[in-house]
Amino acid sequence: MISEKDVKHVASLARIHLKDQEIGRLTKDLEKILDYIHKLNTLDVSGVQPTGHVLPLKNVYRKDAVRPSLAQQEVLKMSVEQQDGFFKVPKVIE
Amino acid sequence: MSQAPKQKYETVIGLEVHLQLDTATKIFCGCANKFGEAPNTLTCPVCLGLPGSLPVVNEKALEYAIKVGLALNCTINPFVKFDRKNYFYPDCPKAYQISQYDFPICRQGYLMIETAEGEPKKVRINRAHLEEDAGKLIHDDAHNCSLVDYNRTGTPLMEIVTEPDLRSADEAYRYLQDLKLTLSYLGVSDCDMEKGSLRCDANISIRPMGEQKLGTKTELKNMNSFKAVKAGLEHEIGRHFAMLESGQSIVQETRLWDEARGRTFTMRSKEEAHDYRYFPEPDLVPLMLDNITVEKVKASLPELPMQKRERLMQRYQLAAYDANILVQDPVLAALFEQCAARYADTKKICNWINGPLMKELNERKTPAATIGLTAENLADLIKRVDEGVLSNLAGKDVLTFMIDTGQSVDTIIKEKGLAQVSDDSALEKIVAEILQEHQDIADQIRAGKESAVGFLVGQAMRKTQGKANPKKIGEIIKKTLSQ
Repeated sequence: MISEKDVKHVASLARIHLKDQEIGRLTKDLEKILDYIHKLNTLDVSGVQPTGHVLPLKNVYRKDAVRPSLAQQEVLKMSVEQQDGFFKVPKVIE
Repeated sequence: MSQAPKQKYETVIGLEVHLQLDTATKIFCGCANKFGEAPNTLTCPVCLGLPGSLPVVNEKALEYAIKVGLALNCTINPFVKFDRKNYFYPDCPKAYQISQYDFPICRQGYLMIETAEGEPKKVRINRAHLEEDAGKLIHDDAHNCSLVDYNRTGTPLMEIVTEPDLRSADEAYRYLQDLKLTLSYLGVSDCDMEKGSLRCDANISIRPMGEQKLGTKTELKNMNSFKAVKAGLEHEIGRHFAMLESGQSIVQETRLWDEARGRTFTMRSKEEAHDYRYFPEPDLVPLMLDNITVEKVKASLPELPMQKRERLMQRYQLAAYDANILVQDPVLAALFEQCAARYADTKKICNWINGPLMKELNERKTPAATIGLTAENLADLIKRVDEGVLSNLAGKDVLTFMIDTGQSVDTIIKEKGLAQVSDDSALEKIVAEILQEHQDIADQIRAGKESAVGFLVGQAMRKTQGKANPKKIGEIIKKTLSQ
């Protein structure tokens, strides 16, 4: 069972702001989605390796060789605010 | 209180160590992995997490991770995958960290340490996995903002997690020191706590003696040196004791060690901070590590500190204490062995390295690897002292000069005129002069005050700038005065 509290929690984790009427609708939707997913639980997968990836690929590596990085100003162009070569953000405290 | 709290409770500590790997590039992109560059000059679309970019595993980082796992007696998982650990914080531009959840590279290993009582102790490693480091935040209180440097983002990081096997702050400290030594032997990291290449968090709880169930734990962070780990843990353990003794209960939380104030305090954090919603990283394919790959890395492992210690003790008949000092620095241990190949008195060589040479290195604040002292020169110096060509004192001066110039002992003796004077007639002349200058002392010796001989020997040494053979001088003084 999915409660409205769960939906609010998941939304806050994902930084999604929901209106009250959305919470009700999403609770029902999520409930249905999970019901559907739970059908998988009826299958016996005890002998099946977990799927790590859907592509038939493994062991893709690159050599430890340096490639040029982006120029500082190029990177800082993407910032909302900058200061002395740093990205400047609202104060965060751990 | 009838019983001291320390006997009433048992301390339980588990450590989480983060180790930056010293690869040329970052873990998932070709940006240089360098410390101390101008901010935001070592980034690219991959480590900044820009849309459309794809990470690719650095094969060197994987090799180093396997190396660490093998050195810690871990099983290397044949199937390895990466996962996303989701969190929002400005040090993490993608809003997730690529880490490993259920299939880490290494699991179930151990590190042998020695307790304060000299007993061997097995500290079990639960797991060791590979992940990417986050960026660096500087909090600017004056301007009410934080500054972010993404150069560190994507630095290969290994997280090494112990089981809750440590029973005191001292044991945790010893584990950390032995772990650092083992890791530094591997050459996979500079293991510098001050630079943040090696970081340590701790889980701490206490429980009544004999109790099997673990007590409520707190997590302690922000211990930025070995000393801080010990002090922080001791303080936090004390806080737990005091809380339980006064009937309060421990709140499970993350606390920070405040080095300046010498106390721990609650880290402000949101309730759901630990809800990381791991899921498989779709941008990276799994790794299958077969035996051939693992065996190849195993073959490249150097002799590890514990093995070296045992070998030095057996092969050169060194005491555990001496061997232990030597293995703290593989460069010194190698120097010792090279000297031992040239000169048979291994105890003397060990004493010279652990004594005068260590003193020189400490005074110069320089690592052994950077001084140009060859084993040949050092072995010859020790030989000359043992032969009586140099006094012990002059030998130490020669060592200083040898490190400065790289010259051989014989060249230095010749150039500085340091050879010890053992020639009887020359020494007799010196003794005659000394006795002339200190007739009062000479009279005391004649009257039976043997202990005054030492003073005269000292005078002779001073007169000859340390070149006189002190043993012979003493004999001549006694002989002359008894005539």
